[in-house]
Amino acid sequence: MALDKPYKSIPGTTIFDAEQARRGYHLNQFCMSLMKAQNRERFKANERAYLDEWPMSEDQKLAVLARDLNRCIELGGNIYFLAKIGATDGRSFQFMAASMTGMTQEEYARMMLQGGRVPGSPLRDPREKR
Amino acid sequence: MMASITASVYTSHVPAIGAALDLGKSGDDYWKPLFAGYEPSKAWFKDNTPDVIFLVYNDHATAFSLDMIPTFAIGCAAEYQPADEGWGPRPVPVVKGHPQLAAHIAHSVIQDDFDLTIVNRMDVDHGLTVPLSLVCGQVQQWPCAVIPFAVNVVQYPVPSGRRCFNLGRAIRKAVALYDEPLKVQIWGTGGMSHQLQGPRAGLINREWDNRFLDRLIAEPEALADLPHLEYVQEAGSEGIELVMWLIARGAMSDRPPRVAHRFYHVPASNTAVGHLILENSQ
Repeated sequence: MALDKPYKSIPGTTIFDAEQARRGYHLNQFCMSLMKAQNRERFKANERAYLDEWPMSEDQKLAVLARDLNRCIELGGNIYFLAKIGATDGRSFQFMAASMTGMTQEEYARMMLQGGRVPGSPLRDPREKR
Repeated sequence: MMASITASVYTSHVPAIGAALDLGKSGDDYWKPLFAGYEPSKAWFKDNTPDVIFLVYNDHATAFSLDMIPTFAIGCAAEYQPADEGWGPRPVPVVKGHPQLAAHIAHSVIQDDFDLTIVNRMDVDHGLTVPLSLVCGQVQQWPCAVIPFAVNVVQYPVPSGRRCFNLGRAIRKAVALYDEPLKVQIWGTGGMSHQLQGPRAGLINREWDNRFLDRLIAEPEALADLPHLEYVQEAGSEGIELVMWLIARGAMSDRPPRVAHRFYHVPASNTAVGHLILENSQ
């Protein structure tokens, strides 16, 4: 009997459940390692070499290198863990959030100041052509 | 004389609020309206400082990685260091615990069938320290002891609203059995509507949030039946943090509370900020 997962149908939203956590375990633990300054330095010095120390899938590594957060989430990443990549890059959280919505950081910041994304409003995946 | 829960405080715990305080930006135009909403709370807290705050919050991939994910974790340590979340620890005081009361609550609540994880060493992140800063202000020492109570709201399934509400009741009972006249406040933190991930990031639902505040005050028992799906659909994937408010509400008396303060503001970074102070009638 299949488990009840009604949240799978919410547009533009990936729920980090036990299945996603299993898929993303090493990706998220790689992110966790960036909480140590020494690891951040090693990652920045050679991203690919640092990623190769982790038993992550090639797709996960490429998504991290491309800073494609939506792809990272599809592949099991969780935003609280992925945020540590942004912190390593010196990026604000709004920069990261905007990058997932197909908006520039300025457009995203303006939307938030105007009260945020209206429920039910159209969504755009940045990987689709603008 | 036994211990008792005197009041409950509910507030969002947005990390950017901590950063604004720590970097001296609280007077900026962007932040001024937010901090103004907490001025009455600071005054209220000065007049109503408890002996202990039982602070319900969630860890954000700080103390708990994916190596261990406790659903409910109670801090029984003597103290907790503010965590380094990747940009250095917040410059706030060390959090002093209340090991005796914490151990008593753990004992009582576990016997009531809530299987808590006991934590004796843990750093605390913005989920715990931002609410303290908002309500206690920028202080050299926190004005009372704090029992951290961490809830998993990061990996699904998170506990249901009903379970959180009933856990609150078990905490109320445990506090009332503690043989020392301590004044205890229970704080529920996180929320309100926000989504930090995917193409729907930035979602805010002002109407839903305010209805949640209304119902939390007036009909918490019915509110506890709200399914997870509605939180996620209406308040965003991270809006699910609001189930933690039901733990605090469940710990309050069954009689209607006095609303000492209510505040709502959009935005703080990516999040709608909600805040309530409810007092138990004497």
